[in-house]
Amino acid sequence: MNAPVKSVTLDGNQTGFATTRLEAVLGWARKYSLFKYPFVTACCGMEFMSLASPRFDHSRFGAEAPRFSPRQSDLLWVIGTISQRQAPVLKRIYEQMMEPKWVLGFGTCASSGGFYDNYTTVPGIDKIIPCDVYIPGCPPRPEAVLDGLMLLQDKIARGDRTPAIVKPRFDPVQGYQSDLVQLRTRRTDGSPEGGAK
Amino acid sequence: MSSAVLKRLQEVFGAAIVETHSQWGDDTAVVETARWLPIATFLRDDAACAFEMLSDLTAVDYPDREPRFEVVIHLLSLSKGHRIRIKTRVGDAEGDGAIVDTLCGVWLAANWAEREAFDMFGINFRAHPDLRRILMYPEFVGFPLRKDYPADRAQPLVPYRTAEEAGLTIDKVAPFGPLEGMSFARNDWTKPEL
Ligand code: SF4
Repeated sequence: MNAPVKSVTLDGNQTGFATTRLEAVLGWARKYSLFKYPFVTACCGMEFMSLASPRFDHSRFGAEAPRFSPRQSDLLWVIGTISQRQAPVLKRIYEQMMEPKWVLGFGTCASSGGFYDNYTTVPGIDKIIPCDVYIPGCPPRPEAVLDGLMLLQDKIARGDRTPAIVKPRFDPVQGYQSDLVQLRTRRTDGSPEGGAK
Repeated sequence: MSSAVLKRLQEVFGAAIVETHSQWGDDTAVVETARWLPIATFLRDDAACAFEMLSDLTAVDYPDREPRFEVVIHLLSLSKGHRIRIKTRVGDAEGDGAIVDTLCGVWLAANWAEREAFDMFGINFRAHPDLRRILMYPEFVGFPLRKDYPADRAQPLVPYRTAEEAGLTIDKVAPFGPLEGMSFARNDWTKPEL
C-alpha cells in the first residue's frame, strides 16, 4: 500500500486514467455500500434505534440502508440476546446472505452471552456463525458502535477477516487515548457546543 | 378482601381445604390435589365467588419440602372485584409424580400457563389438550426452573427445523389456532360461545 501516489486535476475536455488494484477498488466500493440486515432481539435494539436516528446517524458511513431479506444484504447486525432456540434461525439467516458478507456483534449479549450464563442463552454468536467485529457494552454507547462500524469498514477495505473488538477510546489504567472518532464535545467555557476538537 | 370466599370454600369443601391464610389483603387457600378441578369449577360458577378470570397459573419449587411443588393460581372476579390465590402441593422429593388436573376446561387461559409450568417445572396436567414445551425446544433435557437444575448448564445447540420437520400442524404455527394466542382478535363476537 506504499505505492507512490500522484494525482493531477484534469480539465473538462481532458481524459485520464487511474491505476489501482482490483481488490482495493472493490474493498473501497464495498465498505461504503453496506446493506444491513438488523437481527434485533432484545434491549440493544433501543440503542440501535438511537444510533439510526439523526443524533448519531450512522447513515453518514454509507451503511444505513436496511434490507429485511437476508438475500439482499451483506452485513448482519446481531443486536441483542440470542437464545438457544433462536440459534438455528440466526444460522439460517447468515447462510442465506449474499457473499461477501460480514457480521457485527452488537452488545455484550451477542458477543459473549453477557450476564446470561444460563440454560437458554447462546454464549456468543461465534458459537454459531463467524463474527467480524465485537462491540462490547450493555448496551454499547453509540460512539462505540460507530467505532465498530468504522473498524469493520477498515477491515473490509484491507480484506482482513480476522475478528476484531472495539476497545474503549480512553483506557484509565494505561492513560491511553486513541483517536479513532472524536464526536462533538460539550464546552464548559460557555462557547457554543459543536465541532471536532 | 375475599375472606368471605375462603369461608365459603371451607363450608362447601370442608377438609379438602388444607389450610388458609390472609395477609396484606391477599387471601390464600391450599387445597387437596384431588379436588383441584371441582374447586376451580366451583370458584368460577358459584354466584358468590364468580371468578371469571384466571390471572395466572404457575408453580413454585421448594426442594426441601415434600410434596415438593406448589401449583398456584391467581383468580380475579371481574363482576365482584375480588381476588384469591389457590395452591395445591404435588410431587415427591425427586420431582416425580407431580400430576394435577388441567384447568383448561374451566378457564381457556390455563392452556399456555400450564404448558409453561410443564416446561419449566415438569408438572404434568392430566387431560391437557396439548401438553408440549412452550418456551424450550423438544430436545431440551430437564426442567430449568427446578432448584436443582444447574444454574449455568447450557445444552447442545439444536438444528433448524421447518414446521413440517417439527411435526407442527398449521394451527400450531403463529398466529395459532382459535383457542390460543390472542384469540379475541379472531373471534366472531356475534356467536355466544368462545
Ligand atoms: S447487551 Fe445488555 S442491552 Fe444489549 S441485549 Fe444484552 S442485556 Fe440487553
